[in-house]
Order: sequence, then structure tokens, then C-alpha cells
Amino acid sequence: MSSSTETVATETSSSSSFGGLQARSDAAINATARVSVRNLDFFYGETKALKSINFDLPEKQVTGMIGPSGCGKSTLLRVLNRMYSLYPGQRATGEVLMDGRNMIAPSVDVNELRAKVGMVFQKPTPFPMSIYDNVAFGIKLHERLSKAQMDERIEWALSRAAIWDEVKDRLDRSALGLSGGQQQRLCIARTIAVRPEVILFDEPTSALDPISTLKIEELIDELKRDFTIAIVTHNMQQAARCADQVAFFYLGELVEIAPAAQMFTAPKQKRTQEYITGRFG
Amino acid sequence: MTQEMPEHIVRSYEEDLKRLRDMVARMGGLAEQQVADATTALTRRDSELAAEVVKRDAQLDQLEREIEAFCVRLLALRQPMASDLRFIVATMKISHDLERIGDYARNGAKRAIVLATLPVIGSLNGFARMARLVQENLTAAIDALVQDDAEAAARVWGADEPVDDIYNGIFRELLTHMMEDPRNITGATHLLFIAKNLERIGDHATNIAETVHYAVRGDSLPEDRPKSDSSAFAVVRPPEA
Repeated sequence: MSSSTETVATETSSSSSFGGLQARSDAAINATARVSVRNLDFFYGETKALKSINFDLPEKQVTGMIGPSGCGKSTLLRVLNRMYSLYPGQRATGEVLMDGRNMIAPSVDVNELRAKVGMVFQKPTPFPMSIYDNVAFGIKLHERLSKAQMDERIEWALSRAAIWDEVKDRLDRSALGLSGGQQQRLCIARTIAVRPEVILFDEPTSALDPISTLKIEELIDELKRDFTIAIVTHNMQQAARCADQVAFFYLGELVEIAPAAQMFTAPKQKRTQEYITGRFG
Repeated sequence: MTQEMPEHIVRSYEEDLKRLRDMVARMGGLAEQQVADATTALTRRDSELAAEVVKRDAQLDQLEREIEAFCVRLLALRQPMASDLRFIVATMKISHDLERIGDYARNGAKRAIVLATLPVIGSLNGFARMARLVQENLTAAIDALVQDDAEAAARVWGADEPVDDIYNGIFRELLTHMMEDPRNITGATHLLFIAKNLERIGDHATNIAETVHYAVRGDSLPEDRPKSDSSAFAVVRPPEA
């Protein structure tokens, strides 16, 4: 009997059924860089706060940044949209590349940069004005829109920030009357209203209760379909829940960067291991 | 090589992990003793000892439940990460392996009680040797866990082949006894099951070693382990007339 009809069964079950989690770590490996940080040094006066940082923010993914206080993660976030340029004595060398341009070069207009790279802070920072005007504020800095276009943009931003249903009937009321979680989502709406490409979150939920925190995390998951996201967090579980890749910083250095699943199950560096298991110092 | 890790900042967490390690070490010790006593009961035809093994198995089941509940609690309350997470998941898996080992020992002890009432068939040296090897591997695997020793775990993992070889020998020998005299069939069949149980215990010891290796190093051993159990392909030929 001929054996030529026999087929060899090939097993391709290895990347099977982790569902969203699997997609998350696959994405972390396959994406292209939206922002590339190259040889970045940062100085507060004489003090070197960031030492030769190299890493990428992959497009439409969440990069979590963790590390102890003073490790440089928030400094790095501030470099990414040149927040530091407000302060004398602070300077950055190296490159933050977007589309081949070094965005921290003096030749790049800082307003142009901030239209591309938005930031959400630790404490909600609504302006003392109406909900509508809060969102319109940033748009007016960058664009001239008709009333109808503006209305449309504001509804879009508030909807994307998952707060539209809660505020649509009181857009003219003060933003200060909203709860903390709502204020933070309003700030996110204000950030995305100018249609940035990158959103930086600096501890966006540290002032919020657990349910508001989960809503923001769900929102981040939603937003990464359209935006490239970096989030600084002290909450390791939050980084584990939200991030596709996680970077661990210590004493101004990037110690390790890896897909979240690897980072929290089997990190490669001893310092990372000690930090995330709580054996630091 | 054992990995040096500083202590956990939260002391009660460190104590929890230590307690878990102790629980698994205790369960491992108990499983080893069950295997040893079951084998002694067989070779010495000691039904009393065998009955004790059967009774003692409940302790292993109880320990498994305790370890599992403790692990679930640690996962929920401590949110372990990295090496801690791997260790906790590993102890959970290992407690299942140990519970299975206990079941095999109990089953062997039950058969030893029956065998004590039947005439002796051949020599039981092979059983004693196999049991000793299996116990050595089991002890080494548990020690590797207690000491976070991935290299020791890898050695255990590769050391199961001689167990398979003895098993093949016993298998052939018992077939021969059965063919020689059909009255041996009851006893020989029980012995065959006991040999298979020991062989399975050896496999669980290598499972434990694999799990320990993962817990310590964070990566897995290759999928194919050196094996030489060929009894699955054995053919019985009737004695020549």
C-alpha cells in the first residue's frame, strides 16, 4: 500500500487561547514605533535625571512606566511634550523622534508638539468654566472651527472620553461640579479634543476611587485604538492591567522594557524582579 | 545554583511565602514516606503497614486542600508578581502531583494486602530498586523546590530513564511468570499495576522538577523528556509447545 497519501499533522497550537491577553502581548512585539527616544539625557541644573534613555512608544499601544519615586519616569513624560521648557536650568539632549523629526529640537514649535502629544495629569485639572468651554479651550488654541463644527468636536471628544451621557444635559454648567472621576474623564476629553497622536498619562487615577479608576482603565483600553499611549503609574497592578509593554526605570536609567505579561511573570533583570515583587532596597 | 533574593518588604508576606514553602515540604515528605512504606509493605508482606498507608492518604488529601486554599488566598490578597507569582502557582501544581503520588502509593498498598494472601511470585528486588530510585527523585525534586535550585531540578528531570528501564524489566518478567503458570495471573497482575504505579510516581516526580525549574528560572524545560518505557509496544508470544 502506498504511503504517499499520508499527511503529517502539524501542531500550531502554541499561540492559542489567551484571547485579549494574547493579543496584547503579540501586539507589544509586532508594532511599529510612533515615538522613538534616542540617547536621551536630561538635566535639572547639574543633576543628570535621565541617563541615555533609548526606547520606543509603539503605535496604538499602551506603554506603562514604572519605578520608584525619583527614578525619572515622570521626568521622561515631561520631556516627551517639553513641559520642562517652562523652567530655566532644565535641559534635555538626545532625540525624541516622531516621523523622523526631533521633537525636542528648538526649531520645533512647542505648540505644534503639544497638539500632537497631549498630557493628562495626576489630579484632575478642570478650568473654572463650563464643561463645554473646558473642552473648547484647547481646540481654540490650535484651530478655528465654526459653532457647528465645534459642537460636533466637543460631542466627539466627550463621547470618546466616555462621559458624554453623563454631561450632555449640563454642558453649560461649571466643570467644578463634577465628581473626581468625571473631572478626570473631562480632562481626557479636553486632551483628545485637539486630536493628538500621543497621550501621556501621569498617574491618572491616583486621586480616584477604585470604580472611577476602572472606568479610566477601560477608557485607556478604548483610546488605544486611535492613540499611542504612555502611562506613568505607581500601581503595578494598573500597569499589568493596562499596558502592552512595560518599562522599568531606576535612578534615571531604563533598566528593562518588555511585554507586560513577561515583565510581571518573568522579568530578566534582578533589579526589576526585586522591585516588582516588593523586595527593593 | 540557588538564587539570592532579599527579603520581602512586607514581613507578613515573607512569612506567608515561607509558610507555603513549609507546607509543600511537609506534603512532599509525607508523600515520600507513603511511597517508601507502601513498598516495604509489599516486599515484607506486611498487611498492617499497608493498611496504615491506605489510612494515612487522607492526610495528603487534606494538605492538598489546605495548600490550594492558601494559594488562592495569597493570589487574592497579595497580588504576587514575577518569582513570587511563579512560586505560588508552582506550589499549587506540585501539591496536585503529590496528591496523585499519594493515590498511587495507596493503591499499591491495597494491592500489597491482597498479595500478602497469595503465593510469592519471583523476586521483588526490581520493585525495591525502582521504588528507591523513584523516592530519590521525589526527594531531590522537593529539595530543589525548597532551595530554589533550578539545576538540581533539571537533573531530576533527566534522571527518570533508569526507572523506565526497571519497569520494562519487571513487565517482561511478570509476563513470563503468567505464561509459565496461569495461577500466577492474579498476583502478577497486581504486581504489574504496582510497577505501573511506581513508574507513574516517577513521572510525577519529573513533573514536579519541571515545575520547580519554571518557578525558579521563569522559563520551561524542553517538551521532550528522555524516556524509555517500551512496554506499550510489547508483544506476548505464547510459550513454544
